[in-house]
Amino acid sequence: MKLITVAGPPSSGKTSMLLRVIDWLKEQGLKAGVVKFDCVASKDDERYRAKGVPVLLGLAGNLCPDHYFVTNIEACARWGQSLELDILISESAGLCNRCSPFIRHALAVCVIDNLSGVNTPTKMGPLLKQADIVAITKGDIVSQAEREVFQYQVRKVNARAEILHINGLTGQGKERLGVLLAQAEDIDDLDGRKLRFSMPAAVCSYCLGETRIGHDYQMGNVKSIAIPDVPRPEVS
Amino acid sequence: MMEDIQSITILGGHSKSGEAEDVALRLVPGDLVAVVGPTGSGKSRLLADIEYIAQRDTPSGRCILINDQPPAPEIRFDMGRKLIAQLSQNMNFVMDATVAEFIAMHAECRDTNLGETGLEELINSVVTQANRLTGEPIVPDTPLTALSGGQSRSLMIADTAILSDSPIVLIDEIENAGIDRRQALDILVQNQKIVLMATHDPILALLAHSRIVLKSGGIADVLESDQDETALLEELQKADAAILAVREKLRKGERLSGSAFRYAEFLAADSI
Repeated sequence: MKLITVAGPPSSGKTSMLLRVIDWLKEQGLKAGVVKFDCVASKDDERYRAKGVPVLLGLAGNLCPDHYFVTNIEACARWGQSLELDILISESAGLCNRCSPFIRHALAVCVIDNLSGVNTPTKMGPLLKQADIVAITKGDIVSQAEREVFQYQVRKVNARAEILHINGLTGQGKERLGVLLAQAEDIDDLDGRKLRFSMPAAVCSYCLGETRIGHDYQMGNVKSIAIPDVPRPEVS
Repeated sequence: MMEDIQSITILGGHSKSGEAEDVALRLVPGDLVAVVGPTGSGKSRLLADIEYIAQRDTPSGRCILINDQPPAPEIRFDMGRKLIAQLSQNMNFVMDATVAEFIAMHAECRDTNLGETGLEELINSVVTQANRLTGEPIVPDTPLTALSGGQSRSLMIADTAILSDSPIVLIDEIENAGIDRRQALDILVQNQKIVLMATHDPILALLAHSRIVLKSGGIADVLESDQDETALLEELQKADAAILAVREKLRKGERLSGSAFRYAEFLAADSI
């Protein structure tokens, strides 16, 4: 079975794009399933189910979504294998851009939309930088020039990835993505495999449920923002 | 840099019902082709096939050749320069920048080293060209998001014509734009682009040098425009000018009387 990790900001068009690609994969005789990781709530599982795509939904709730992902992906892969899927797609939303759910040797796809602003690519971390494929969506509603500028910005952050322009509404561009997914490396076992990027060191009092603000309540891993000295007003 | 595009060729595939398309259409820079047919007849599919440089690997089974050959994979799947620009009906500017900043940014990503004067000239030429298409002049320091619909379209077309690297331009429905459509097509063609446009507008369809007719997902015919149609086009353009002229008069709060066509003549006389 192939494991594909797909990640991108909420509402960037991941699910719409994947529904189109899964259709295409089905036409090629490949069976794909999805595990959707989200934070608080998601109805995307219903969209997959409505199309007859096997789907699992995982909500991170109180946990960091990336930690939740990494502690569950192995079981999800076994679920996919038990259904004899050819391709299991793990779709992650609600990320903070600090991490990425990308795993070494598992094809990594970053989804980002043209409406998110020209500076967004440079603000994104490993999610964009370490992707094998960058799918840019919503190109039909911005100008040609903005598409070109946006792609240029993406290219500056990730010089290696194949950049695809995909329209989730019409499915334009899905064929190439489908070909790349179908060619991805097979993965038998995730045990002992490595993430492409480490997760943050962050055990502090707030991780344990503290809600009060103030120095006295802060314990563990705390990092202070750099603030320049404010010159005092001269006293006459 | 990619080699120059001397031609693209559309080789027929099949319609939705599997009927073969008997088509081998070769287009060269400066060609203007309309794509016509009822809604759902497959106009967008054809444009998508061209955009994808299909190699018999899309539902239509069509094959698109570049310079009479199948494209190399690096041409087909990006790596920098895009072969094909697309203008669609519902496009907007979303960038938080002025017109001048936007043009500078677009120029930068084409890695042309212009220098300051070169850049200023470029900004001027794009804005001047855009202003030929719209009644409401654009100023370089206007924020993009403050442009009207007509101004946005004009700027997009001028920018695509002058600044976009893509030798092939696909247009989906230009008619609702509130701009001078003939001029818009002229500047694209003058800049040696191959232009294909899906349209329901009779004037645009007849302005094209040839038109691809689509029926139930397949190319049913490719027609060249002839003398009769050119004469018809002139007639339609007069009618179109009359409607525009009457619209201008109404916008200015004037009363109207007599034949609509006389207004077109007045407009032509006093507008320039």
